[in-house]
Amino acid sequence: MSETILEIRHLSKTFGSHAVLKDVDFTVRKGDVTSIIGASGSGKSTLLRCVNLLETLTTGDILFHGESVISGKVNQSAYRARVGMVFQSFNLFSNLTVLQNCVIGQRKVNRVPQKEARDRALYYLNKVGMLPYINARPSQISGGQKQRAAIARALAMEPEVLLFDEPTSALDPEMVGEVLDVIKSLAAERMTMLVVTHEMAFARDVSSQVVYMADGVIVEEGPPSQVLSDPQDLRTREFLRRFLGQNAENL
Amino acid sequence: MFEQLFKDIGIVWAKYGTVYLTGILNTLLLATGATLIGCVIGFICGILQTIPIAPGDFWLKRFLLRALRAVIRVYVEVFRGTPMILQAVFIYYGMPYFFGIAFRDIWTVSMLVVSVNTGAYMAESVRGGIMSIDPGQFEGAKAIGMNHFQTMLYIILPQTLRNILPQIGNNYIINVKDTSVMFIIGFQDFFAVHKMVSGATFKYFPSALLEMGGYLFLTLLASFLLRTLERKMKGQSNYELVNTDQLVLTAGNYKFSGQAPYEETNRDYRREEP
Repeated sequence: MSETILEIRHLSKTFGSHAVLKDVDFTVRKGDVTSIIGASGSGKSTLLRCVNLLETLTTGDILFHGESVISGKVNQSAYRARVGMVFQSFNLFSNLTVLQNCVIGQRKVNRVPQKEARDRALYYLNKVGMLPYINARPSQISGGQKQRAAIARALAMEPEVLLFDEPTSALDPEMVGEVLDVIKSLAAERMTMLVVTHEMAFARDVSSQVVYMADGVIVEEGPPSQVLSDPQDLRTREFLRRFLGQNAENL
Repeated sequence: MFEQLFKDIGIVWAKYGTVYLTGILNTLLLATGATLIGCVIGFICGILQTIPIAPGDFWLKRFLLRALRAVIRVYVEVFRGTPMILQAVFIYYGMPYFFGIAFRDIWTVSMLVVSVNTGAYMAESVRGGIMSIDPGQFEGAKAIGMNHFQTMLYIILPQTLRNILPQIGNNYIINVKDTSVMFIIGFQDFFAVHKMVSGATFKYFPSALLEMGGYLFLTLLASFLLRTLERKMKGQSNYELVNTDQLVLTAGNYKFSGQAPYEETNRDYRREEP
């Protein structure tokens, strides 16, 4: 059993009177690649945003290495620096170049010396195949390139967990592959990741664990062979059937 | 028919040319200094006003932030809502009543009045500029662990500054012209020179013509300089592709702090069993 990094306990989130997440519990262990799937509005993204404290939890707790991150004892910014996040809309800093995007967090948050920060940024930009574009501004590169740069930015902080919020949903179809390839290579290196995705084939091939969510609760979780190929719950089956159409058997 | 006009302008310029130039210099110094100080005031107010108040914050923090917002609101409304000429009179002649001192340095009072007035306008520009930044920029910064202060300083404010540069230019040009109302407390700006010269020579129109030309020259120059600055801040429209190897770029120094943060073991999809 590998080390537990994140524990989400009885997490609930309401916007006004609308309950988006209801008593969600789950655990992320070191080296896990967890795919979170589910229909739009099922609370997947909100769950991820709660994990990174971009949303305030209504009730419940998040434990990072066994320590509550909302108790006030843990500095929330320091926690976020150790939990990377990649957004659907990239959110690269538009006033900085690709290289500066990957350097600034290291310099200002982790207090890494300039040279080391630059070298590490180049190492990760090379890894995602963005080395030629280090001098470009975010407005000058394509969506797929932006997302790869955003992944390098998150990696340069050397986080323990990386959260992906629908990383390919805002991309043109021909760019989806290049981003998924990067995420796959990270999975191959046993990077701990939590991926909200609509790419079922990706979830099947890359995840060690799949979580199916509906109406703010986790309906089913387990290895992809179970959840995707042999779903127990009626809602999971229905979702997969609708999502995959005729291809459900092929999974 | 313009012969007389040119002659009169010649007479006025020959006698008062250096006075006009001093007036121009004073106007420029006051307008530039006050715009810069006004921008600083505006940025401070804009930043303080946009500090997020979370429901979970300590009550004292929430109270202080709300009080701060109220104070800035009052400042903006008062100085935006009254004529600058009156503000000058108010402060210049009001000081002795409030502080018991005759506050008679005209430069200080003028700079104070125009700065504070510009600051009131800039506070709103900066607030609007910050609000117009994509929320994703805040989230991106938060997600790599930046606190609010770092997010503002390194990410949001540089973008805000670029976005509100046209507004700053607007304020600067307005200040070049509107510093003329400081003649009311005896500030020797460009317009005050006209009052003085026309009073002495009765050549109202020739002097007014000089003034019109002078002001237009100043504002056109300001527009041009601001456009240039805007272009500079926009950055280059091209970038160079880097075709060098990463190891060359880092001069073999890529072995930073240690290994990768995760184990580079074989691909294993299954969770290990205990």
